[in-house]
Amino acid sequence: MTAQANKGAAPAHIETDVLVIGAGGAGMYAALEAAKAGASVVLADRSLIGRGGATVMAQMTVAAALAEQTPDHWEHHLADTLAAGRGLCDERLAALLCEDGPHRLREMDGWKVGWAREDGHIKQAQAPGHDRPRCAYVDFLSTGPAVSRALRAQLNLSRGIRRIGELMIVDIALHDGVACGATALHLPSGEAVTLAAKAVVIATGGLTGLYRRNSASSNMGGDGYALALRAGAELIDMEFVQFFPIGHLAPRLVGMDPIMWDPFRYKLGGKLLNAEMREFEQDYATLDTRSDGRYVLTRDLATYAITREVEAGRGSPAGGAYLSFQHLPEAEIRSAFGPVVDRLAANGIDLTKRPVEVAPIAHYHMGGVRVDDTLRTAVPGLYASGEAVGGANGANRLSGNAITEALVFGASAGRNAARHAQRNSSRWSAQAARPALDLLRSAERRDAPNAAALVRDLKALMADQVGPFRTEAKLQSALAGIARMTSEIGEVPFSSASAFDPVLVDWLDLRNMLLVAQSVAVPALARTESRGAHQREDHPGLDDGWCVNQIVALSGDSALELRRAAPSSGRAAA
Amino acid sequence: MKATLAIQRGAPGEVPRVESFEVAFEPGQSVLDGLRALRCEADPSLAFRFSCINANACKECMMLIDGKVDYACTVRLKEGVTALAPLPKKALVRDLVTEIAPPDERLLPRQ
Ligand SMILES: Cc1cc2nc3c(=O)[nH]c(=O)nc-3n(C[C@H](O)[C@H](O)[C@H](O)COP(=O)(O)OP(=O)(O)OC[C@H]3O[C@@H](n4cnc5c(N)ncnc54)[C@H](O)[C@@H]3O)c2cc1C
Ligand code: FES
Repeated sequence: MTAQANKGAAPAHIETDVLVIGAGGAGMYAALEAAKAGASVVLADRSLIGRGGATVMAQMTVAAALAEQTPDHWEHHLADTLAAGRGLCDERLAALLCEDGPHRLREMDGWKVGWAREDGHIKQAQAPGHDRPRCAYVDFLSTGPAVSRALRAQLNLSRGIRRIGELMIVDIALHDGVACGATALHLPSGEAVTLAAKAVVIATGGLTGLYRRNSASSNMGGDGYALALRAGAELIDMEFVQFFPIGHLAPRLVGMDPIMWDPFRYKLGGKLLNAEMREFEQDYATLDTRSDGRYVLTRDLATYAITREVEAGRGSPAGGAYLSFQHLPEAEIRSAFGPVVDRLAANGIDLTKRPVEVAPIAHYHMGGVRVDDTLRTAVPGLYASGEAVGGANGANRLSGNAITEALVFGASAGRNAARHAQRNSSRWSAQAARPALDLLRSAERRDAPNAAALVRDLKALMADQVGPFRTEAKLQSALAGIARMTSEIGEVPFSSASAFDPVLVDWLDLRNMLLVAQSVAVPALARTESRGAHQREDHPGLDDGWCVNQIVALSGDSALELRRAAPSSGRAAA
Repeated sequence: MKATLAIQRGAPGEVPRVESFEVAFEPGQSVLDGLRALRCEADPSLAFRFSCINANACKECMMLIDGKVDYACTVRLKEGVTALAPLPKKALVRDLVTEIAPPDERLLPRQ
């Protein structure tokens, strides 16, 4: 049956205690914990289960104070996390991440994730910003796939979890301001589906798909932030998007994660060169005395340095910098890269002969849905977890903290959502799904702008005007562009087919992406200082008066409202 | 350089048709790069499955490329004609999309 033919018929309907939206590390962990607490669970993903987001792509490390290799305590991990966050962390969330991290890593160890070991203990590497070796990993560059596989295996073993892939959640269903389920689009059939749930967990990951160059999958346009906003929840720290300075740029490299150069540069001391084949990091290092292990510059300063060189006309041909390992003997490259050398060769890359080109790419979002220390949003029955949550990392994230955050917050949100479901009866009413159902059913095939091209244009706008270096003029122009595109897509979805309709998906994505883009640009414009990942060229330097979080919400008439709040302190019980 | 993608299209029950598109490319770009560009430049309704784009981690982009099952994100574009078709042993959803989700991870059991 097609969506067109189905216009009058009742949609498929599913009932559950807990609905988890997104099946990355956070969503899968949330489903497992909610089921363990006795709840029935639906785990939905717009892609395939365990494949669609950042978790399966991550290659590097997971941070936790295991104290097996080196003496450590989660308080040390917390101190490093708070220092990186430049005064803006929600200390309760950061403490939860650091205190519960070791439990989650050990639980995953029991689930045979395969952490690299040495002398009988889990091996931990030292990553920039951590005061000691604290980062577990799975060889070779397999951390994310291994985490994803181990969680999927647990899902297979547990009872009470219904997994549904290819199900794109369009909106949270609300009854008297309480979350009571969701409305979804089943992609293969094009049919609308309603889901009744006593508690809903948003685990949709980050928003880096908003940018032209990114490390994101196609499902990372920030759906969860838009779902939360429209449901009446708040977002926090949205101006802090982390850029990764040396993302792969050229030659085209397929079958490899674009952030792959980091560990090699770290291990081998790869050199960053400009078009004149001159090392330029020193020129910028004096800007700041912070040092980053063997890195001369921190991530934000390296991003700045490369961007500046390009602007000064000294960029590489593709618009970045060269990363060179040519000063190293072939044997050393081979021993550090192992089998990766052959994968590079298949891409025509020989590091002994010529450098590659790298450039800053959008990589992770510090901001997100505002929650309390039980991962509950301001909307009763609505929880959030993983990268979708804002606050734990403040203005800048330490490497290795994001996967820990996904596992810890996933577990906690799942547990608390199950508890909520046990204590509250269903608030579902068919009326709650009505607005989103009406939206889906209004979709029409019409002469409309190319939705895929509009998505591409929005990414270009975000990269050029809401990128790592911002000015008032650029942000104003971005907001005007976003407003123009919002009116261009209108309120009636475009569509092109009934089954697996990429035009309808692009339209629904644009509806979310434009709202989320605005919720990044508005606080970025207001914050007239530079802190962590938010750098204002017209307001350089930290301003102590800005040691506050900015909170975004939708007002009654669907305008974005901005307010400030002091960062939350105090500790949460893990 | 220019590649020609000859793409088998259609939904279940329809007679499959082959549509050809020209797409400009730089050496090293993947078939998936070409398909994504086509949606922006020629036909946004073209259906194909993918998530991770670069990492070859999601394994969603499998299709028949010049008669061989392969990943669209790792096979490179070439000059001349490349034939693309949906996976032959899976139920067709539309165009290059087939039903590859494990049966217990689907909403509707399909035959
Ligand atoms: C390439 C890469 C490498 C990384 N490396 C590291 C690393 O080494 N160490 C580290 O700590 N962190 C790393 N990170 C960050 C880390 O991987 C992520 O922050 C973390 O995995 C996020 O987990 P998550 O479960 O919150 O979200 P994700 O894993 O992104 O999962 C979100 C899921 O939600 C689904 N979804 C989205 N919208 C909807 C919707 N509307 N309806 C239904 N489903 C939806 C998506 O399809 C996806 O499957 C890396 C990130 C990337 C992109
Ligand atoms: S797009 Fe993910 S494997 Fe090809």
